[in-house]
Amino acid sequence: MAVASEKLAIEAVWRIESPVLIAGLTRIVRDVGLAEDLAQDALVIALEQWPESGVPENPGAWLMATAKHRAIDVLRRNKRLAQKQKQLAGELELQGDSVEARLEASIEEQVGDDLLCLIFMCCHPVLSEQARVALTLRLLGGLRTEEIARAFLVAEATLAQRIVRAKRTLAEAKVPFALPDVDELGERLSSVLAVLYLIFNEGYTASAGENWIRADLCEEALRLGRILAELTPQEPEVLGLVALMEIQASRLGARVGATGDPILLLDQDRKRWDRLLIARGLAALERAEQLGGSLGPYALQAAIAACHARASEPQDTDWLRVAALYEALAQLAPSPVVELNRAVALASAFGPAVGLEALDPLLGEASLQNYHLLPSVRGDLLARLGRFEEAQGEFQRAVSLVGNTRERQLLLDRAAACAWEAGRQS
Amino acid sequence: MRFMMIMIPNISDEADWSPSAEAVSAMSRYNDELAKAGILLSLDGLHPAGKGARVSFSGGKANVTDGPFTEAKEVIGGYWLIQAKSKQEAVEWASRCPAAEGDVIEVRQVFEMSDFPPEVQAAAAS
Repeated sequence: MAVASEKLAIEAVWRIESPVLIAGLTRIVRDVGLAEDLAQDALVIALEQWPESGVPENPGAWLMATAKHRAIDVLRRNKRLAQKQKQLAGELELQGDSVEARLEASIEEQVGDDLLCLIFMCCHPVLSEQARVALTLRLLGGLRTEEIARAFLVAEATLAQRIVRAKRTLAEAKVPFALPDVDELGERLSSVLAVLYLIFNEGYTASAGENWIRADLCEEALRLGRILAELTPQEPEVLGLVALMEIQASRLGARVGATGDPILLLDQDRKRWDRLLIARGLAALERAEQLGGSLGPYALQAAIAACHARASEPQDTDWLRVAALYEALAQLAPSPVVELNRAVALASAFGPAVGLEALDPLLGEASLQNYHLLPSVRGDLLARLGRFEEAQGEFQRAVSLVGNTRERQLLLDRAAACAWEAGRQS
Repeated sequence: MRFMMIMIPNISDEADWSPSAEAVSAMSRYNDELAKAGILLSLDGLHPAGKGARVSFSGGKANVTDGPFTEAKEVIGGYWLIQAKSKQEAVEWASRCPAAEGDVIEVRQVFEMSDFPPEVQAAAAS
């Protein structure tokens, strides 16, 4: 018990301190892998000393100073560092400085942008998407390789290999430890936001397996998003993504039934939505809107989510606004799924005939051919217009495409009901 | 996971308690740190218990007593609601609070619906 709880206590300190520690060290040694090793060494030293001496007043500063002293020690012996120093020779000559001198000079120094630089580095476009996710969770989330592997349902060795390769790629590509230039800032920030949303969705769409680990991924993505928003308070899309994740996370407890089946948004018990997360999401969205300018894709999606969050019953939803927001989203980030959602909103705002008309251009859309929601939405609108025979056909088609058993049963029931109505009509 | 960190300040006479500017600024730096770490969900400080009331229940009846309360020793002064991965992480954050001599922070995990057995969850949903 004592050993296990001590291990967790150490892990807690690591999780809190390691991102800033690794970031600060990367700035000095210019190698994220080496920085992580040094940070871990410092933690090991802390574990030996703290039980005796007590936890220092400022554990972060203590760890950083220890890691830097350690780096100086290692520097004299370690080949890897010596090599690194050679690589940096040109630059260092210019400065008339050595890594060692720089380390000594920097022991008391703290640079605010370090963490932000590390975030951009972990999500650098030179890395594959999978590598970005793994590195982000490892270096910024402070998660163990084994935890990340379990969350993504891959073997631990595979994930460890992925992280090693990612660090090597960063070193080989000589990715600088710096904030992106102004002209590429937007693109690089998008890459960071995409990684965070990918992590969130990995947790959010989990339908099988160890669900609690997956829910942790949602929390982790949210936490990293909030950290990023604190570091970049003037970026409306960062706030937009945070708002979107807060509001979506507010539904986590309501979107799965007692038997583990997914429950669609309009069928959820809204009393089970988390009011605190909704309030946080709405506040983040408001901050994004106050920054001015037109909303980006994440802020628009957050604004749509907010329309649902504000409605205490589905019939209270401001569908007109939802439709307008989907229209804006379709212009920024056109996709057939966005169009489909827009058609649903239009149908709810103006009636099934208008919605049906909006669906027409999607019928030839190749990417939607195997998407059960298109025929299922179409069937619903046709049924509401009293065109039961056509509706039945659409529901049958949806049945043939759907994977989820509960949804399948729902669609079968609707097809049968339409068949009965159609029989009455003839 | 969510944890509530409940502050039980060591105040002998809460009626004329007022924090120093120094203590307030240390505390607000701490709160900033929690926010920057992305874990702070909400926080509040409470008016003195003496200005509040107690509603106690006996014999199927609610009995109201207005403050101040003579026997009150451990009184809640405020709370933070944070997100953490483990109890140890929450405890680590609580340990970093610039609290005053004799203050106590109680760290408690918040129940999630999934912590309850299915029949309790079903009762909550109905």
